[in-house]
Amino acid sequence: MRALEAVTPYEVVVGLEVHAQVLTQSKMFCWCSTNYLEAPPNANTCPVCLGLPGSLPVINRKAVEATIRTALALNCEIPEFSKFDRKNYFYPDLPKGYQISQYDLPFSRHGHLDFDVNGETRRCGITRVHLEEDTGKLQHEGAIEQAQSSLVNFNRAGVPLMEIVSEPDLRTADEAREYVMRLRAILQYIGVNNGDMESGQLRCDANVSLRPFGQKEFGTKVEVKNMNSFRAIHRAIEYEIVRQTEVLDAGGRLVQETRGWNDARGLTVSQRTKEFAEDYRYFPEPDLPPLEVSREWVAEIRSTLPELPAARRERLIATLGLSPYDASVLTSSKPMAEYFEETVRLGAPAKAAANWILGDFSRFLNADHKEIQDASVKPAHLQQLIALIDSGVISGKMAKETFEAMYRAPDPGPALTAAKGSSQISGDAELAGIVDQVIAENEKSVADFKAGKAQALKFLIGQGMKLSRGRANPQRLEALLQEKIS
Amino acid sequence: MKPYQRTIRDLHEMLLDREISSVELTESVLGHIDAVGDKTKAYLLVTRELALRQAKAADDRLRAKRDITPLTGIPIALKDVLCVKDVVSTAGSKILNGFTPPYSATVVDRLEAEGAVFLGKTNCDEFAMGSSNENSGYWPVHNPWGLDRVPGGSSGGSAAAVASGEAIAALGSDTGGSIRQPAALTGTVGMKPTYGRVSRYGLIAFASSLDQIGPMTRDVVDSALLLQSIAGHDPLDSTSSTHPVPDYLATLRNGVKGMRLGVPKEYFVTGMEPAVEQAINDAIRLLEQQGAAIEEVSLPHSDVALPAYYIIAPAEASSNLARYDGVRYGYQAEGAKNLIEEYMMTRQQGFGAEVKRRIMLGTYALSSGYYDAYYLQAQKVRTLIIEDFKRAFEKVDALLGATSPTVAFPLGAKTQDPVAMYLNDIITIPANLGNVCGISVPCGLADGLPIGLQVIAPGFREETMLQVAFAFESAADFRKLQSPLMRAAA
Repeated sequence: MRALEAVTPYEVVVGLEVHAQVLTQSKMFCWCSTNYLEAPPNANTCPVCLGLPGSLPVINRKAVEATIRTALALNCEIPEFSKFDRKNYFYPDLPKGYQISQYDLPFSRHGHLDFDVNGETRRCGITRVHLEEDTGKLQHEGAIEQAQSSLVNFNRAGVPLMEIVSEPDLRTADEAREYVMRLRAILQYIGVNNGDMESGQLRCDANVSLRPFGQKEFGTKVEVKNMNSFRAIHRAIEYEIVRQTEVLDAGGRLVQETRGWNDARGLTVSQRTKEFAEDYRYFPEPDLPPLEVSREWVAEIRSTLPELPAARRERLIATLGLSPYDASVLTSSKPMAEYFEETVRLGAPAKAAANWILGDFSRFLNADHKEIQDASVKPAHLQQLIALIDSGVISGKMAKETFEAMYRAPDPGPALTAAKGSSQISGDAELAGIVDQVIAENEKSVADFKAGKAQALKFLIGQGMKLSRGRANPQRLEALLQEKIS
Repeated sequence: MKPYQRTIRDLHEMLLDREISSVELTESVLGHIDAVGDKTKAYLLVTRELALRQAKAADDRLRAKRDITPLTGIPIALKDVLCVKDVVSTAGSKILNGFTPPYSATVVDRLEAEGAVFLGKTNCDEFAMGSSNENSGYWPVHNPWGLDRVPGGSSGGSAAAVASGEAIAALGSDTGGSIRQPAALTGTVGMKPTYGRVSRYGLIAFASSLDQIGPMTRDVVDSALLLQSIAGHDPLDSTSSTHPVPDYLATLRNGVKGMRLGVPKEYFVTGMEPAVEQAINDAIRLLEQQGAAIEEVSLPHSDVALPAYYIIAPAEASSNLARYDGVRYGYQAEGAKNLIEEYMMTRQQGFGAEVKRRIMLGTYALSSGYYDAYYLQAQKVRTLIIEDFKRAFEKVDALLGATSPTVAFPLGAKTQDPVAMYLNDIITIPANLGNVCGISVPCGLADGLPIGLQVIAPGFREETMLQVAFAFESAADFRKLQSPLMRAAA
């Protein structure tokens, strides 16, 4: 923040438009599969999504539901009456010559999203969440400017796409990045989007402008596109702030335009100025009757909303005593939050689990561009490792080495066993004491086992492991227990 | 009487009684197409092999006495705006030259399921835009009652085929009168059902909020039979209604005794030919003699229906026709240097003058800064027209008027004056804007050219409309009138 103030004497105004593909089985207006990434080109198409003459759209109710779900998670109002409109423009990836979208009566409006920047909570207004259809994808022969031909793949055409438009409430690149991170987490939490920015299933455009502090009117706005990572969003906005500041400081005037972010070169390039802006000629889609969104339906959707990141964060702080910072980071991704809670549920102390997940584990994952759910180390492994440290079986230093060995191996089991084995109790004499104590303290289970309940033995072994703080050799322990009881 | 001169109902009896086979019937119609087809130019494509194959299959069904409906084995023509799987479907446009859809329209599927026989694709104004069939991208159609006359449009080919004996019945589409007006001008019965009554899936769109498919037949019974088959909800068309489909034949013969029929004074427009006015007044009197109570009613916003229509329909068309860009199917211009040029050349060369005119009108009406003044205003007018009909139907059961203010005019007479051409639809357009249904029934001749009586009923009251139309047809006996072309080769 301080660094930026040195860069610009102006107030930065940023609004974001996030496009999120809705995770549905079938497309927005037909029955084709939405699996466009793996299918051969144009395999998942039909007369409707190809825009063949005479074909008509039919609304996918699941996609509408996902949009309303998202809107509710973003604290939006859901009007009782909504409709689809046509946005008209020509482009080869748009088969009908218009996109079915929503113009003046979207499914939702007037929401907000809270997120944290450097431990402080900020709020950004949500203008609207609406639903539209995605376009096909062009593949140019070589660079677009020189291409002699282009191919078009319509597998993506008609895939449901939500547009989440923010108010121009964001003031720094940090805020913009944190907003998108929190938004992405919410979309994943409620199961409407997979959060994959690299493949374009979550896309973000930023409207960036500057104005002197204290001025009410907005400055000339520039729309920046093509940012496919959090880092790119941050860099592109910072770049624009510097670029616009330079233009204004030199007494120049900014033009309202669309600029594309070039990640390799680290700069934005003008794509289209306002003089060439399209007139989309929006009008109500006559092929689809307006929709009445009943209050019962909204209530039903609301009742199925899971715990959202903000609530989960509060719960982790209140019930597990996590620091607000740890809780924020852990809940920023649904898989990470779930991994954490599972590890704790298995018996690991919360603070230790959080430290491991946010420390070495995250560092390795980030370096490998991997998600926590794809790691070979599962919550049970992590819990056992933590147990070994807590019981003093292994040292902290040894634990770090063991964790790395576990993380690198396709199966973390051997590394964990090796760590255990280094101090495992296998001697019958030493184990006998444990076995005696277990039998003495669990009379009922011993009786149950004698009466033929095999399950009871498992319990007794567990007790023995506990007494030995995990160091007992389970096979020997089982053998000795059986021997003693019978 | 030759088989091709008969009605669906007659032929159904004959097919059931084995007096004729579907193959014999189909050959009779195909033979007549061979004889007079060059005169009417009603067809863009005759699907002879498909027809004979379907006729054989229909004969099998008739022999086996299974799954027989009144349409089994009946040769029917389809307006070229209807998609038929594996059959070239162009909407009368060069831009869709050679386009062969991999699917059939829902109405086509329904007819096929009943064992109907498809004779081919009938000529029409390009994308159903026109009132004389002179806007066909291929060639004009000639009226079987006078070959120098237009058959009306845009379903001119379907109307001419039914009137000349080149089809027993046909399907057309009606956006502003495109079924009723050509029916009136060719002495046939043409019905525009209520919007939503018939699925539009597979109908190449002109104006989505107005288009409706309907039957074109020799008499009212056949109209009811054909509607019975094609009406009803279709999950593929979200604008199709779930309103139940009644048995149209059950109430057809109930007569007009005790019915209240309204005559909108606005429908006697300036420029109406005296002979037409006379015939309509005679028709009204005849229905009065049949026991109907006639009263004058007012539809005060009728005069603004035409201008509203010429905003809404072109606006929707400008969007519907955007897909014809040469990228995926249909005509593609050669020699373009870049994408924009490709678009411009393809559309410049592929579309005819009237289609381009309407695309420009519609694009303008929807453009930023003009939307409120044109499109929104026109939608408000549409609401007023809907209200007009509602008020009128509080007092009466159905409305009566002319279908067209004139009889068939000579080819070329109005091609230089688009507005004069647009005025042909002045009495048919309100029914499309007003979400009601309308039918045209022959009610006389003027100098050997047919005149049509239009009966309009409230939305989803096709049974009432058919009841009035049937009562008139039975009393008037114009049903036996046949065009010279149908008689000549007989």
